[in-house]
Amino acid sequence: MSDIILNVNGENKSVNVDGSTPLLWVLRDNLQLTGTKYSCGIGLCGTCVVHIDGIAVRSCSVSVKDAALKSILTIEGLAQNIDHPVFKAWVDQEVSQCGYCQPGQIMTIAALLNKNPNPSDKEIEDTMSGVLCRCGTYPRIKKAIDMLINPNVEA
Amino acid sequence: MSRFKKQTRREFIKVCSISAGGLFLVSYVPLGCSKPDREISSNILSPSAYLKIDTSGVVTVIVHRSEMGQGVQTSLPMIVAEELEVNWKDIRVEQADAGEKYGNQLTTGSRSITLSFDPFRIAGATAKEMLIIAASLKWGINQTDCYAQNGFIFNNINENKFSYGELVSDAAKLPVPQNVKLKDPKDYKIIGKRIKRLDTPAKLYGTAKFGMDIFVPGMVYAAVKRSPTLGGSVKSFNASKAKDINGVLDVIQISSGMAVIADSTWDAFRGQELLEVEWNPGPYTDVSNDSIRKSFLGKIESEGTEIEKIGDPESPNYDSENSLSAIYELPFQVHAAMEPVNCVADVKDDSAEIWAPTQNPQSLQREIANRLGFRNIIDKVLRLKGKEVIVHVTLIGGGFGRKSNSDFGLEAAEISQAIGKPVKLTWTREDDMKHGQFRPASMHKLSGAIDNSGKAVLFTHHVVGPSIKAQLAKRDPTKPEDYDMVDGTVLLPYKIPNLRISAANVNTPVPLWYWRAVYNSQNPLVVESFIDEMASAAKKDPIDFRLEMMDEKSRLANVLKMVREKSDWDKKLLEGSGRGVAVSACYGSYNAQVAEVTIRNNKIKLDRFVSVIDCGIAINPDTIEAQMEGAIIFSISAALKGEIIIRNGGIENSNYYDYPILEYGETPVIETHIVKNDFPVGGVGEVGVAASAPALLNAIFNATGKRIRKLPVNLS
Repeated sequence: MSDIILNVNGENKSVNVDGSTPLLWVLRDNLQLTGTKYSCGIGLCGTCVVHIDGIAVRSCSVSVKDAALKSILTIEGLAQNIDHPVFKAWVDQEVSQCGYCQPGQIMTIAALLNKNPNPSDKEIEDTMSGVLCRCGTYPRIKKAIDMLINPNVEA
Repeated sequence: MSRFKKQTRREFIKVCSISAGGLFLVSYVPLGCSKPDREISSNILSPSAYLKIDTSGVVTVIVHRSEMGQGVQTSLPMIVAEELEVNWKDIRVEQADAGEKYGNQLTTGSRSITLSFDPFRIAGATAKEMLIIAASLKWGINQTDCYAQNGFIFNNINENKFSYGELVSDAAKLPVPQNVKLKDPKDYKIIGKRIKRLDTPAKLYGTAKFGMDIFVPGMVYAAVKRSPTLGGSVKSFNASKAKDINGVLDVIQISSGMAVIADSTWDAFRGQELLEVEWNPGPYTDVSNDSIRKSFLGKIESEGTEIEKIGDPESPNYDSENSLSAIYELPFQVHAAMEPVNCVADVKDDSAEIWAPTQNPQSLQREIANRLGFRNIIDKVLRLKGKEVIVHVTLIGGGFGRKSNSDFGLEAAEISQAIGKPVKLTWTREDDMKHGQFRPASMHKLSGAIDNSGKAVLFTHHVVGPSIKAQLAKRDPTKPEDYDMVDGTVLLPYKIPNLRISAANVNTPVPLWYWRAVYNSQNPLVVESFIDEMASAAKKDPIDFRLEMMDEKSRLANVLKMVREKSDWDKKLLEGSGRGVAVSACYGSYNAQVAEVTIRNNKIKLDRFVSVIDCGIAINPDTIEAQMEGAIIFSISAALKGEIIIRNGGIENSNYYDYPILEYGETPVIETHIVKNDFPVGGVGEVGVAASAPALLNAIFNATGKRIRKLPVNLS
């Protein structure tokens, strides 16, 4: 157990936890940032994606000590700007059903578009196929992403 | 003249106190019933448990069904808003706790809207009527000279108006009118519109509260280690390694296994992993997929119990006709919602408070009261002593039937009672897959015959599998309802002169439960696949073949004709591609689907699904489309990938790598077309599951000539 400084959504937070604890559980249990969800726990499903230094990572599979001193952005941080184009597209296409996986979907596409505003279909497919949804919102995720990439085209 | 039968306030209170006192377990709220909530002051107009209007004109709709993605927190308020003539922006939503005053809260069986449409219409119309009466009394004019619009009551004579908020105090004092007039569907302004879901923003911004997102002061965390074999139990345990973890507080034995209590979820999970338990393996260690299959095979040629018979299906003459027969096999499935089951429980000596993503809050409430020794909470006397279980319903991160079981809530309550602290219980993904309950496996034998003119003259279907109902009732299947495994196979839409439906029940120790569409995920799949085989034997177009056997004017025939046109059925496809069709009629709705696939090197590419649904009055078309998309993906996920593996009496699957589900890149284009009509509201959550898998299998046949009769699909 040791004090670890995390920079989450622009604020420094000190947490006293075992350094090997997955970042996911520190965000959820210690910082009560519950927008990041637990689902598979082994980095398969993408539900727990956050950004670390701008890169999409699965917070269930990153230890808190590896995330220390880096810039962590969670869904709550991204939602400080609810006019972010990804939110607008998701609202416009009415993507979410149960909504449980959507923070992971949104953080994943937001990171991809940050890196490359005009990704290829293959790049989108490879990236988004790693984020599972049991409600079957994929067709709407696709339409929302189409909207983001071709903002002038009716999706 | 008022349109209602006058009821004195005294009578009204008498009537309502009977049901509010819980002497009856009401399965529905009587139409227009209105129960005075003693806490509600005269500043609130609440003629129904589903609705409150305050003096500022804000309308709060109390949604008593669980929100699990089907949009009920939007569609039920739409129904109230329609009748109440209120602006949509003035609507607020509250999720109801478990409570008898709401009637049945069980959120399963595609019934959220079908059972609530009338009560919610009446709730809105009743409040509107009371506001009109209040206004007419203030103005001293006839009610017929008043009308409601956009949150105001207008005076027809002089165009004066009162806002709803201004009338609330007066209206709240009025007796509640009965038999209020409801709007004609042709006048609907909100119902039938693509209203934006009210639950969307919080879900996107990460602020929506699911069960796991609840925090209670002083709360600890728990995970439970359960027997790896069905029916196993704890023989002995050694908690020393688990307790070596800093955050692990305690390890206790509970009904379902060993609970590890910790000061974080992660420490509870680690403790669960390191806890050493020796198990009594229980009596089922020889149970496996193979042993279950053998037990099915043992009954597949049996006569079984006859469920339905038309004409003379046993006649040997069919041998001379063009006859065919086939056996289909379907595996066990699991729900695999993205949110594993979880529950927060705070049990005190004389009360318990529960926060659960439950599809069945009232059952959870009763079962927890029983488990805790609180006796039945609907016993009024006990409740007055304060022995109460309060169940708060959180958002559900995917239900699909799984979360109508109370197992996870019972575990949390038991742990909290044992340790005397509030606790958050989280099942790991592996727990959720291995220790859930399962959609039954089944085996089906079908036979059919075609006469010289290409008409079907014989259809028989023998279903072999376990009964969910009989297993839950812990009885050998003897009663008619123990043949639930034939749901979706009787009421065949096809007129075939000789027909036999039969079933043979095979008990299994594998815990069974309701899965999206239940047996309608199985029987229509098999029937629609075999009907396709018959069409092929008759050398007929699969849609023509079906239509020839259907009532031409039926709603099902209509959606089938529509899907032919919408899917470009009669346009030729390229080599390697194929189309398949299937229909289903269940949950009060009618659906026809056409699947289009391309198959190269035994790899299936899902190109397109076109679905036409007739669900009667469509409340929110956008939500209906979303349910169709979700149902199709759920169904084809199972058909292509889903299979529970049972070996040595335990469930082998553990996570999404060995129970895979469809991914983004595999998803077809899905087009939904909704039939416009004024038929009674039908269910939309499950009907789409039934037709999509057989449409897919029939498309695979069309593309490759291969019939898939055993799932999941394996083309190699």
